Amino acid sequence: MKTDDFVAMLARGDAGSVPPAYGRRFAVGLGLGTAVSGLLLAGTLDIRVDLAAALRLPMFWVKSGFAASLILASLMYALRLSRPGTPVGHAPGAIAAPIAALWLLAILSLIAAAPGQRLPMVFGVSWMVCPWLIAMLALPVFGGSMWALAGLAPTRLRMAGASAGLLAGATATLLYCLHCPEMQAPFLAIWYVLGIALPTALGALLGPRYLRW
Amino acid sequence: MKSNGHTESTERRLRDLLLQGLAGDARAYQTFLQELSAYLRGFLRHRLRGLPDDVEDLLQEILLALHNQRHTYDAAQPLTAWIHAIAKYKLIDMLRRRALREQLHDPLDDDLEIFSSADLDAAEARHDLGLFLDQLPPQQRLPIVHMKLQGLSVAEAAAACGMSESAVKIGVHRGLKALALLMGAKHED
Repeated sequence: MKTDDFVAMLARGDAGSVPPAYGRRFAVGLGLGTAVSGLLLAGTLDIRVDLAAALRLPMFWVKSGFAASLILASLMYALRLSRPGTPVGHAPGAIAAPIAALWLLAILSLIAAAPGQRLPMVFGVSWMVCPWLIAMLALPVFGGSMWALAGLAPTRLRMAGASAGLLAGATATLLYCLHCPEMQAPFLAIWYVLGIALPTALGALLGPRYLRW
Repeated sequence: MKSNGHTESTERRLRDLLLQGLAGDARAYQTFLQELSAYLRGFLRHRLRGLPDDVEDLLQEILLALHNQRHTYDAAQPLTAWIHAIAKYKLIDMLRRRALREQLHDPLDDDLEIFSSADLDAAEARHDLGLFLDQLPPQQRLPIVHMKLQGLSVAEAAAACGMSESAVKIGVHRGLKALALLMGAKHED
């Protein structure tokens, strides 16, 4: 087919029928994914019994603030990556900042602690399950964010997949805060971050295959 | 060498045409695609010097990708950056699939020279649209054939396909996206 005819074909009929489905697509994918993850949390894990008391502890808000800022940063990154030719701007820095802050807090609290306390601060009581539970809770959100990205036009597929995984991991972490009794920064800096890294790596792996257009 | 002034006025002109097209003006949209295809052909000829026969095929793939993703254009953003990102994505995708990256004579960093040279010598693509269409399910193929190839209105196409009007629109939308994937996959054959 000649390109002139091809162009005429493209322009015919539906030139203007363009839904402005940008934020809506992410809202739907993320909303549904988070709802399923929330049900998963309620169904398989328990909400921590001392939640009301925990809400008064600063460390609870450090944890959830860490997760919330990572959600915002990775959502910004995913939105930028899903639009061709849009610079990612400060998004990578905004992602690195809460992680760096948490690590810094972890190092400072380890230095301040008595030598005998350090190992319990790192391993807590749940290090063996924590990353896997976060990764499990992340899966529904991951599906929703990948679906949102697949309907848009990311040109860096590996990075876009990773951003969907990061967004899912951060959202799962925020939900997991409702369950997890661990309150020590070194524990969070290692095992929470590992739990977030798992879906991020999965996204980087699947992005080039599933986000193609 | 064309001046920057030329590039800027091209950017403005094409951007206006695209925005009119997105608002429903099919003629402005066709002019946009037509003028853009000359620039893209120049861009691709320059970069696919070792693969001259693939220029027109890839050009049509890029035009289809632009059409399918036209809702991702943000009017606050330079048109050049948007088009360049899509053209580069399709070009790299093709080269990667063919494992022919050494054919790439120039680095593809962030050069935004899409509008630097036009090539009006429109040619015939080698791929056969009909063969791709045959691979689509009927609920996508029929709306495309009636609306996009024969030029029927949505209502007429709906009657001809025996489908609802919204099913026809969805069929065209999904069918063109499936077509883009089929066209991309042929480079692996």
